[in-house]
Amino acid sequence: MPLMTLVQAINSALAQEMERDERVVILGEDVGLNGGVFRVTDGLQAKFGPDRVIDTPLAESGIMGTAIGLAMAGMRPIPEIQFEGFLGPAYDQLCNHAARYRSRTRGAVTVPMTVRVPWGGGIHAPELHSDSPETIYVHQPGLKVVCPSTPYDAKGLLLSAIRDPDPVVFFEPKRVYRSFKEEVPEEDYTIPIGQAKVLTEGTDLTLVSWGSMVFQCLEALDTLPDDMSVELIDMRSLYPFDTDAIVQSVEKTGRCVIVHEAPKTCGLGAELATVLQERCFLHLKAPVQRVAGFDVMMPYYKLELDYLPNAQKVAQAVGQCLAY
Amino acid sequence: MAHATLGTRTMDRSTTRLTDQLPDATLIQWLRDMMLIREFENRCAQAYQQAKIGGFCHLYTGQEAVAVGTIAAINHDDPIVHAYRDHGHALARGMDPGVCMAEMFGRSTGCAKGKGGSMHMFDKPNWFFGGHGIVGAQTGLGAGLAFACRYEHEVLGKALENPGVSPGADAKKKVALAFLGDGALNQGVLHEAMNLCGLWGLPCIFIVENNGYSMGTAIHRGTTMADDLTKKADAYGMRGETIEAFDLLDLYNAFKPVADWCREEQKPAFIDMRTYRYLGHSMSDPQKYRTKDEVDSFKSRDSIERLTTHLLTQRKGPDGRPVLNEADVAAMQAELRDVVKHALEFAEQSPLPDPATELYSDVLKNPMPNMSPIRDYTIGAKNPLL
Repeated sequence: MPLMTLVQAINSALAQEMERDERVVILGEDVGLNGGVFRVTDGLQAKFGPDRVIDTPLAESGIMGTAIGLAMAGMRPIPEIQFEGFLGPAYDQLCNHAARYRSRTRGAVTVPMTVRVPWGGGIHAPELHSDSPETIYVHQPGLKVVCPSTPYDAKGLLLSAIRDPDPVVFFEPKRVYRSFKEEVPEEDYTIPIGQAKVLTEGTDLTLVSWGSMVFQCLEALDTLPDDMSVELIDMRSLYPFDTDAIVQSVEKTGRCVIVHEAPKTCGLGAELATVLQERCFLHLKAPVQRVAGFDVMMPYYKLELDYLPNAQKVAQAVGQCLAY
Repeated sequence: MAHATLGTRTMDRSTTRLTDQLPDATLIQWLRDMMLIREFENRCAQAYQQAKIGGFCHLYTGQEAVAVGTIAAINHDDPIVHAYRDHGHALARGMDPGVCMAEMFGRSTGCAKGKGGSMHMFDKPNWFFGGHGIVGAQTGLGAGLAFACRYEHEVLGKALENPGVSPGADAKKKVALAFLGDGALNQGVLHEAMNLCGLWGLPCIFIVENNGYSMGTAIHRGTTMADDLTKKADAYGMRGETIEAFDLLDLYNAFKPVADWCREEQKPAFIDMRTYRYLGHSMSDPQKYRTKDEVDSFKSRDSIERLTTHLLTQRKGPDGRPVLNEADVAAMQAELRDVVKHALEFAEQSPLPDPATELYSDVLKNPMPNMSPIRDYTIGAKNPLL
């Protein structure tokens, strides 16, 4: 089985699905000739031609609008927005159009589109190129939101997203793009949207995270005493999210710490904590804790690591939660 | 090739050249300004490669004449907005090179205390309202700045409160410059901003720094009417001009009358400024979209070399001798190398912003209690309950 980075796994999934389904087209700024801003689509234009891997002008609203039109007409477009901050100009099209057509037409018109978006911090980029705006899109009814943390999950989830009948926002953690390789099957496989993954099993505390923060959690686990038994869950899908997975785990452990990059207030951690107190209040032995970014703009790179949660902060929260 | 030949409209070359009437010292200063930007950007590239600069870095090398020539043609208190390739404009507007460099190094002595970086140079005392990271997004701000110019002149009758403006000072006729790249031509907000300026008569000059590529996409692959962008101006009822930006004096002579007209008439304009960037879009650009021959052909029209040659040979002082000699140019280069070296040293020696205070400051004027998690709450953001 070949070893792939996250970038290679996504590229492989795109190539495979384009081979399988002629309705799939990729469009975005410099995705063709230059291979995309993070080179995720490198080589695809050479393979599938400029009619299927389409270099667009620099116009996010236009890219998103065109992709929606393609999807409404029965295509399977995959627009790439270069950085999560650039979803701003496309927000109107995505949330006021794509998300709503199934509902507005009572199912007559749907938008099977996968919006690929490099996401999150940790690569020394400035704000608008390092943000984690997942909550905005999770909050918008009519969109699915996915954020894989590993090459294997990325390929399986991307294939699910492209085949999904509804619009999916596919956030790709930039910090993980080339950080490690793992075995990724060459053949076709899918991972259902909406299923979390238990990375380590444990009985004392449930640690919940997604994207690049999963690796900060893993690092934190290494620093904890051996007698602390922590269950680490990678959400993978942010909407719909896997309520059962976290509820079952917290019913077992009674304690939960949620870790995310986004600012704390109204971050997705707030919603997950609420679900936990609604669903397993009597099992809780301590308040659900959050380790999150601060309620500030993502700082310029010299302060980036002061902003982002890290293993130390996670370990501290785990310790506090266990000692409660 | 990025640029086709100039369209049907060419610039109006009047018989008297404005630059002939300017003092020699002004032209020498312009040469110095362009050389400063070139040297500054060269050293930025090195510092970026040494990982001393992060947060992306878009260099202006090749386009220096645009910033220097246009900014020289307006007044110091005419407001400017720009996109992200903004170091040159900040320097041409008078930002201290050390402060500019420190910002890119993320140091507390930078123009935004090291919290903005390369794309976000702001210098309010110099009426420089920023580099902006979202392509095209600044053009709406240009319309707003131009609106304020008209408002203070025609409605308030006195100048708005601003740094360096004495309270109650008379308002004067101003123009705003909104710089954009050719990639921004295709963003919706530009068309909304141009429509508003045309509709309301706002004195905003949209200067398209048309370097032929929006990142890796050649202009004719990304925008319609690439050979004659002034047709876009026609659509919004505003004056449109195409100006070649390879010769600083030609540029100034063509642009200055437009700027004066916009100020006098309080009307907008749109300039297709034909230029070229020698380096990649950013520091990480494989440049598969162009050939080395193409880059070299534009380097042979280099604006700094042209002006240097002009001042060394054609421009004569009262004594009939050229206003500059080779030794003067060498001395100027040596001096600028020192200036930029000092800027780098200043940046390197400046302290980083203190995360205990600067990470949480300036989000709101009155921070909420416990905004600083370091002080009260170690693992989360503002939480008034804890």
